[in-house]
Amino acid sequence: MTVSPQPDERELLEAFESTIDRNDRIEPRDWMPEGYRKTLVRQIAQHAHSEIIGMQPEGNWITRAPSLRRKAILLAKVQDEAGHGLYLYSACETLGTSRTELTEKLIAGAQKYSSIFNYPTLSYADVGTIGWLVDGAAICNQVPLCRTSFGPYGRAMIRVCKEESFHQRQGYELLMTMMRGTDEQRAMVQESVDRFWWPSLMMFGPPDDDSPNTAQSMAWGIKRNTNDDLRQRFVDMTVPQAKALGVTLPDPDLVWNEERRAHDFGTPDWAEFQQVIKGNGPCNAQRIAHRRKAHEDGAWVREAAMAFAARTHEPEETTHDR
Amino acid sequence: MTDEQPSVRAEWPLYEVFVRGKRGLNHVHVGSLHAADDQMAVRHARDVYTRRNEGVSIWVVRADLITASSPDEKDPLFAPSGDKVYRHPTFYAIPADVPHM
Ligand SMILES: [Fe+2]
Ligand SMILES: [Fe+2]
Repeated sequence: MTVSPQPDERELLEAFESTIDRNDRIEPRDWMPEGYRKTLVRQIAQHAHSEIIGMQPEGNWITRAPSLRRKAILLAKVQDEAGHGLYLYSACETLGTSRTELTEKLIAGAQKYSSIFNYPTLSYADVGTIGWLVDGAAICNQVPLCRTSFGPYGRAMIRVCKEESFHQRQGYELLMTMMRGTDEQRAMVQESVDRFWWPSLMMFGPPDDDSPNTAQSMAWGIKRNTNDDLRQRFVDMTVPQAKALGVTLPDPDLVWNEERRAHDFGTPDWAEFQQVIKGNGPCNAQRIAHRRKAHEDGAWVREAAMAFAARTHEPEETTHDR
Repeated sequence: MTDEQPSVRAEWPLYEVFVRGKRGLNHVHVGSLHAADDQMAVRHARDVYTRRNEGVSIWVVRADLITASSPDEKDPLFAPSGDKVYRHPTFYAIPADVPHM
């Protein structure tokens, strides 16, 4: 018997690249470049954390929803977001990073989540606006990720996308209901849209010329579209929805460009975006403190469940007693 | 701690989850989750993976109990089926006018 030589890095890289070029998926136990693994862990963790932290702004309104119907819907929506976080943590764990590690990094402020969840939900109309604009922007981002090159991430995104459509529709329906109400309710909707429009556009990330990792991520098939492409797509999708709803989007430069067959629009306040990313948004500290408290307050439950599991698996004596 | 008892502070073990979408279909792998024990894994699987009637039956198995083929052996392990084209119906030429074949 001859011992076959260890395939060298060059060959492994070639195999990896040809899988990507064939548009085939990379699976967890395949060899992959360290940079690919790191980029994925960073992106999936950030995505998972966004789903988990994203429960807070809306969760705020569950006990104050105006009817049992709205309360049940909001509860289901927030529960879905918890599920999305878990699908994504599960995908991230296939890359060899444990959920505990990720949670610890989140509450230590060492990993990021979407900037949008650092804005407060000041009125009940925000529940509708978040469903419409924030989940709408998330859908725009997530649909192309169903074809991302890493198998478990793509499969998690397929599950997530199936559930997001309910989120967006319930939000839009909520706003439609308010727009059919009193002048005061219509004003609440407009005020809410005014606050959330620009932060929603920032959800797609910095402009392409300021997004140094995009090219590599696209070469690896992790990302399928650039930030600016997706932002444009979102604006074009949203304008007719705003019109049907009867609200104004707070951008004086927003206008249809016949030549480009797309809307021109203003520039988000990128300085504000950088501040929020750095931790200086209106709610950053509160969001992390709440997550940390929930994690620490739940420690005794996790420990009790482990102790119970250990007890019930003890051989003989426990089973004889019963 | 060197004994077999898992520490109460340790992370709950990882389970892989399989769901039968409806009667007549196989259980299919849908993802994983953490749970303290088997029963909790089934309950969590219901909450995480079947919130919209996606399943009529759930299997869970601890991830560390799964034996898998190694990706490094990919070629040798699957080689035996690679050169047996005669296992496929298209290997046999049958005149087009022979019915029901
Ligand atoms: Fe989500
Ligand atoms: Fe959502």
